[in-house]
Amino acid sequence: MSNDLSPKERMAIDRVHMPELPADERSTNFEEVNLGLSADQALSEAQRCLQCKTRNCVAGCPVGVSIPEFIDALACDDLPKAAQILRGDNALPAVCGRVCPQETQCEALCVRGKKGDAVAIGYLERYVADWAMLHPDRLLKEAKPEPTGKSVAVVGCGPAGLTAAGELARMGHQVTIFEALHDTGGVLRYGIPEFRLPKEIIDREVAVLAELGVTIECNVIIGKTLTVAELSEDYDAVFIANGAGLPTMLNIPGENLKGVYAANEFLTRVNLMEAGRKEDSATPILQRDEVAVIGGGNTAMDCVRTARRLGAKRAMIIYRRGEAEMPARIEEIKHAKEEGVEFVMLTAPIAIVGTEDGWVSALRCQKMELGPADDSGRRRPQPVAGSEFDIPAGIVINAVGTNANPLLTATAPDLKLNKWGNVVADEEGQTSIPGVFAGGDIVRGGATVILAMGDGKRAAAAINEYLKR
Amino acid sequence: MFEVVSNEILAENLHKMVLVAPRIAKARKAGQFVMVRLAQGEERIPLTIGDADPAAGTITLFIQAIGASTRKIVSTPVGGFIRDVAGPLGKETHITNWGRVACVGGGVGTAVLFPLVKALAEAGNEITTIIGGRSERYVILADELGALSKNLLITTEDGSLGYKGFVTGPLSEMIADPARAPQAVFAVGPVPMMKAVANLTREPGIETIVSLNPIMIDGTGMCGGCRVQVGTETKFACVDGPEFDAHLVDFDGLSDRLTSYRKEEAARHAAEGCKLAKEVAK
Repeated sequence: MSNDLSPKERMAIDRVHMPELPADERSTNFEEVNLGLSADQALSEAQRCLQCKTRNCVAGCPVGVSIPEFIDALACDDLPKAAQILRGDNALPAVCGRVCPQETQCEALCVRGKKGDAVAIGYLERYVADWAMLHPDRLLKEAKPEPTGKSVAVVGCGPAGLTAAGELARMGHQVTIFEALHDTGGVLRYGIPEFRLPKEIIDREVAVLAELGVTIECNVIIGKTLTVAELSEDYDAVFIANGAGLPTMLNIPGENLKGVYAANEFLTRVNLMEAGRKEDSATPILQRDEVAVIGGGNTAMDCVRTARRLGAKRAMIIYRRGEAEMPARIEEIKHAKEEGVEFVMLTAPIAIVGTEDGWVSALRCQKMELGPADDSGRRRPQPVAGSEFDIPAGIVINAVGTNANPLLTATAPDLKLNKWGNVVADEEGQTSIPGVFAGGDIVRGGATVILAMGDGKRAAAAINEYLKR
Repeated sequence: MFEVVSNEILAENLHKMVLVAPRIAKARKAGQFVMVRLAQGEERIPLTIGDADPAAGTITLFIQAIGASTRKIVSTPVGGFIRDVAGPLGKETHITNWGRVACVGGGVGTAVLFPLVKALAEAGNEITTIIGGRSERYVILADELGALSKNLLITTEDGSLGYKGFVTGPLSEMIADPARAPQAVFAVGPVPMMKAVANLTREPGIETIVSLNPIMIDGTGMCGGCRVQVGTETKFACVDGPEFDAHLVDFDGLSDRLTSYRKEEAARHAAEGCKLAKEVAK
């Protein structure tokens, strides 16, 4: 099959709609919301791509996926080739196809978006990656790289670490990943709920790395069990990608009441420890009728939608700016609304109110209005005098962000940090210690899966150069 | 996987378990803990590292089997395996030579106290150890602690061994006697005991350190579940502690947060009990 439609014919095709589980059904379970495209839908969507010369979409991708090329292969119904192109550029395509904010990256730059809808690049990526997982026998065999005899230690098994490990293994280096938790995937597993990213996808992506010869050691906390200096002695290079750390506290009264969670705790209990997911789960989680989630990012959406699934009758997002200023992906906001989540906008928490016996009973808030733009380009919220009011809530979840984790850096005195405690690294991930590279949230503070993956990819290239010296 | 090489019962519901964990044995310092998860689907539980043998590559855990998860952990036989043991976590105890030090332990806290007493003794401190329990059969590690201490004082609530009463009795006598008053106090045990010790030493201004054991999930600072109010600051016991200045800790807040899952745990406990009863009936 060939991909030789005229531009006019391509322009005549409407953007595909992702099939979804009905909102009333999915808001009571953890099944994946997006069901994936059918073969016909994928083919038709692939034909919408104009195969333009400018390839703006590629510039919008933090890992530089050869987007027009894989879409062309897909439009030609050559899935093995599409999968090969995708896998060559992106270590975790099935993950990216699900959690990347395409609307601000590749799809934002798609020429078709100038008049009408951009090509659904994320849906197509997911389609190809899922096909590849189901058809391992039809994939083009990767040539086994010549072993270089060099070894690399990767700290952290999240998106940055997995990406770097995959790239380095394909270059012929012997890679060992050290993971602090008891399971793989980092934030992909403990942070992102299964209704967005099923655990099976992570398991399969990790299995691909194992086939490439990557060793993964769980329960090893770098900075505690072993130090960066010890890794530097035992390995030819080190890549630090241990992720975000301590939750940022709100510093408002009542934060230590029972029923107040940091997003990481709430999500880790449910996602990693399976609390509330089955009748007799060993790790407990509180369940209340009214749950207030503070924040407007993807983590806040994950928390509020999880609370809904655990049975909350009122699951609320409390955000101090307006909906247009929310950093969350548009799709997450849409899905949350469909699932009955309430959006309480222009509202900032000032205290958590408790009962006499120490349980949360309400979130005390004040109304905000938007003033002039701040440094981030978003309009700065300002309190409205005399607008205080209480929102009844049995659980309050703080999803405003995280600070740098000090565990690794505390025992690496030569590693230069910025004033927030994040590791200082250049564009290629090189830190202040020769042979030690870093990327992902430990460098960026709180960012996205795909930016972490971009860091992993660039650092792997830099490590490869370093190892040749 | 971490092999169990010994598992002995020290007192009712209290086990001393030795595990093969060479990296942790080598890295560990007094005051640190590990996160333990028995098997897939089980809870992550923080447990203090009681002792370690770097040459043998083993660590010793003292485990009080009071919840469903800890009971399962202690039922692992010698030669069996614990799936996940991660650490050492937390800050090491600040050890210096204070001179006279009182080490106070209550219940399973006595086991947590053991590595501190050992490190303090090695640093040349003159140690008076005061340990207590409900009755004689709950008093543990008396011989081991006695060997490291200049004085060992035992209290029991029913008077079945040593002084009748609480550990605070002998401690307040010590403080009142200029010839015996300690320069520093370490206290580990139930929250009310640590609070009572802090109240005794606050007025005379004796430096007092307590080791806290709040609810934890990851133990690496990620979840924030173990937060505790220390003075004007919110601290995370897993990365900032587990040891803190007793005079600054909000013990009432800590006590209250420890009850967060009482209802859920009671339900699980009952369910596990039923399961066990059914198995026994078979």
